[in-house]
Amino acid sequence: MRNLVTASSLALLVLVLAGCGSETAGESTSTSPSWNLPEVVLTEDGLPDPSILAPVQILHRGNGTQPQGLDPHITEGVPSTHVQRDLFESLVVRAPDGRIIPGAASGWEVSEDGLRWTFFLREESRWSNGESMTAEDWLFSLRRAVDPATGSRTSILLKPIRNAEPIIAGRMAPEELGVRVVDDYTLEITLEAPNPLLVEVLSHSVAYPIHRATVEEHGDRWARPGTMVSNGAYQLEELAMQSHIRLVRNPYFRENDRVIIDEVYFYPTEDLAAELMRYRAGEIDWTYEVPNTQFNWIEANLKDELNISDWFGTYYFGFNTTQEPFDDPRVRIALSLAIDRKIITTKLRRFGEQPSFSFTPPGLDGYDPPQPEWANWTQQQREEHARQLLAEAGFGPDNPLSLEIRYNTHEDHKRVSLAIAAMWEQVLGVRASLINEEFRVFLATRRARAITEVFRAGWIGNYLDPMYFLELFHSDNQQNDVGFFNERYDALLAQAARTADRAERFAVLQEAERLLLETQPFAPIYTYVTRRLVKPYVRGWEPNLVDQHPTRYMYILRQDPVEELEN
Amino acid sequence: MLPRYILKRLLGAIPTLFILVTIAFFMIRVAPGGPFDSDKTLPPEVQANLDAKYNLDQPLLIQYVQYLGSVLRGDLGPSFQYSDFTVNELIAEGFPVSIQLGASALTLALIFGVLIGTIAAWRQNSPVDYALMGSAMTGIAIPNFVLAPILVLVFAVYFGWLPAGGWGNGEIRNMVLPVIALALPYMAYVARLTRGSMVETLRSDFVRTARAKGLPEWKILGKHSLKVAILPVVSYLGPAAAAILTGSVVIEQIFGLPGMGRYFVQGALNRDYTLVMGVVIVIGLLIVVFNLIVDILYALIDPRIRYE
Repeated sequence: MRNLVTASSLALLVLVLAGCGSETAGESTSTSPSWNLPEVVLTEDGLPDPSILAPVQILHRGNGTQPQGLDPHITEGVPSTHVQRDLFESLVVRAPDGRIIPGAASGWEVSEDGLRWTFFLREESRWSNGESMTAEDWLFSLRRAVDPATGSRTSILLKPIRNAEPIIAGRMAPEELGVRVVDDYTLEITLEAPNPLLVEVLSHSVAYPIHRATVEEHGDRWARPGTMVSNGAYQLEELAMQSHIRLVRNPYFRENDRVIIDEVYFYPTEDLAAELMRYRAGEIDWTYEVPNTQFNWIEANLKDELNISDWFGTYYFGFNTTQEPFDDPRVRIALSLAIDRKIITTKLRRFGEQPSFSFTPPGLDGYDPPQPEWANWTQQQREEHARQLLAEAGFGPDNPLSLEIRYNTHEDHKRVSLAIAAMWEQVLGVRASLINEEFRVFLATRRARAITEVFRAGWIGNYLDPMYFLELFHSDNQQNDVGFFNERYDALLAQAARTADRAERFAVLQEAERLLLETQPFAPIYTYVTRRLVKPYVRGWEPNLVDQHPTRYMYILRQDPVEELEN
Repeated sequence: MLPRYILKRLLGAIPTLFILVTIAFFMIRVAPGGPFDSDKTLPPEVQANLDAKYNLDQPLLIQYVQYLGSVLRGDLGPSFQYSDFTVNELIAEGFPVSIQLGASALTLALIFGVLIGTIAAWRQNSPVDYALMGSAMTGIAIPNFVLAPILVLVFAVYFGWLPAGGWGNGEIRNMVLPVIALALPYMAYVARLTRGSMVETLRSDFVRTARAKGLPEWKILGKHSLKVAILPVVSYLGPAAAAILTGSVVIEQIFGLPGMGRYFVQGALNRDYTLVMGVVIVIGLLIVVFNLIVDILYALIDPRIRYE
């Protein structure tokens, strides 16, 4: 019987893997175009030399689903933020490599106790209608973001600012927010507690400035062509729902002379296969993503245009630790160890995802995610240990563990779940059944922690700090779907929040993460990567961990005629 | 006579639409999850603010009554997902695109379907017939979502003649591929219907008489036979129009067209209650109206049918 199970699970695994291998596209002719692009020459001020630029500077970007809207305080979701990042400039912005650099503020000072932050605004800052920007504008905007009447979905990110939380909860007036106008060009922000992450938070769209007169005149419909006023490198020219959004240069932008692309189109492209077609037909220059199932074809035909880079996110399988037998750490560790992550990243997700054993992804300057001891074992050692642990927990051939893996309906998740189920069956004799649910049903079941056993999950950092990851497992966190409750862990997070020194803070967070990983309330599987096709003539951008690529840094190279090659 | 019949039918549609709205309203609310759920859970106070803003904090029955009231006033409410827009605005933008797409596809399917079916029946059991009906079977068997990417690959990626997607400003070149992809299966079905009923008609007495009288073949086919043979096609128009409307959901998705169909699927996935309801009401209305048109057409074509 045991042999039969193993054989069948092996067959299943082979099937899953074979299914991926056979997904080569049927076409044999290569459509990979050859490019004849000039050598990049930069002038003294770091801009591309005009002689290498294309005469027409219009960029076409694939942008995932239709953005919810363009009001940065109200909307959420990656597609909206890509557009808003071109329309607005916050006090701080991200450089092409993802670093935080001064934006609308030329600099800032932090008081001795870390509570008062003073931002110095640039006097030359203008709105897209030509009006100058003052500290009053920022005061109005930040108050609007936390005002419950605004109905923001992301306002809670501003909670480091004094009184933000009670204002959002409706217990205090927005005027009580810890933001003060010192003079026209000086803004002071007071915090609840010292918090070095304030600048990360201020780079988020919830902290973008809103033009008061426009909002007061047009209400909910201010963020539309013809009425919208913004302060970024671009302004809104056209908004055709489900078709495209077109932005044009904002002549009043403080660095307008450094902006090269004149117009940028954002297209909703939720169907990735269709997006790939449009890219191949030359209609878009920059894809939102790449369909996982077309890896082989892309690898064979468009390898040079495929851009893969590390992303600040972790794909994992959570255990509902509030239910038996997943309340037993031995069961969880056994399941985690039996997953051969290498097979998943090399056979199923082949875009360079890295096997992961920690929750915080690698790549953050100064923070090395702690690795559990088994990270350095061979897979064989892990499996041996897993079998031993599961036997100790009371499961074996006579009493096999049965469980349900739940995932939201998606081909990629299905494949990973199938593979993991097969590994568990093969290594541990576990009988795993798969259940898929529509996304929002899945989120609701997961949150209820009632019927879930094992579920797939992913977490991608909004800002570059381990805290963004680790606070997910705080006892009070709404989204602690694994049900990890640990007083010492909560205390360590609180201690880190009070610590201003970066190295010291990171050390405390490392200790917290080590504690978290010890009992494996979840099994980390791999670190996400971003993957997109970019036409080789689009330059000026750099891969970065947060996957933020403002158009203002980009430019389009001149294309010279390709000489006919022999044969 | 006819005006009274139309009025009667329209009045009869009111309870149908009312039941449709009621069932749809409660069904979408029963689905787990809400419009503001996402990967990142909202804190309860933020959730409460949003619920209050969109009137979701009221008991469901009250929301239902309020919703019915505003629908009667022609207001379909704000969209939960696309916060800058009302459902009326979204439908006003998407509706013309879907209708243009659907009407073109239906016209194309009718004209060529009837033409092909007639030719096949005329040359019954000849190689022409087999070739035409063989391709029609293939046309019926290949679903839109397979056909569309193939068309794009050939005509947009390899030849570069037509755009791979997008609507532009509604230019013909943007419409060609989606309309063909949408029309082909229906064209094939219409061809089969026409052939079947045409074969039967061509064997009937009046055709023999016409032939005996020495009428030209095109007149027998095009005038006398077609008028009878087209009846099954006309009765298929009602379901076909409904199917094309829903079929355009897939086509709009693949070609990235800004139609109403896309809102239907995304609205349901996003739990955008008002948007889904709005699209359901509009599609329901369309189907009612279209069935009525088909019935009237029937009366005009077939002298045996009279509406009292």
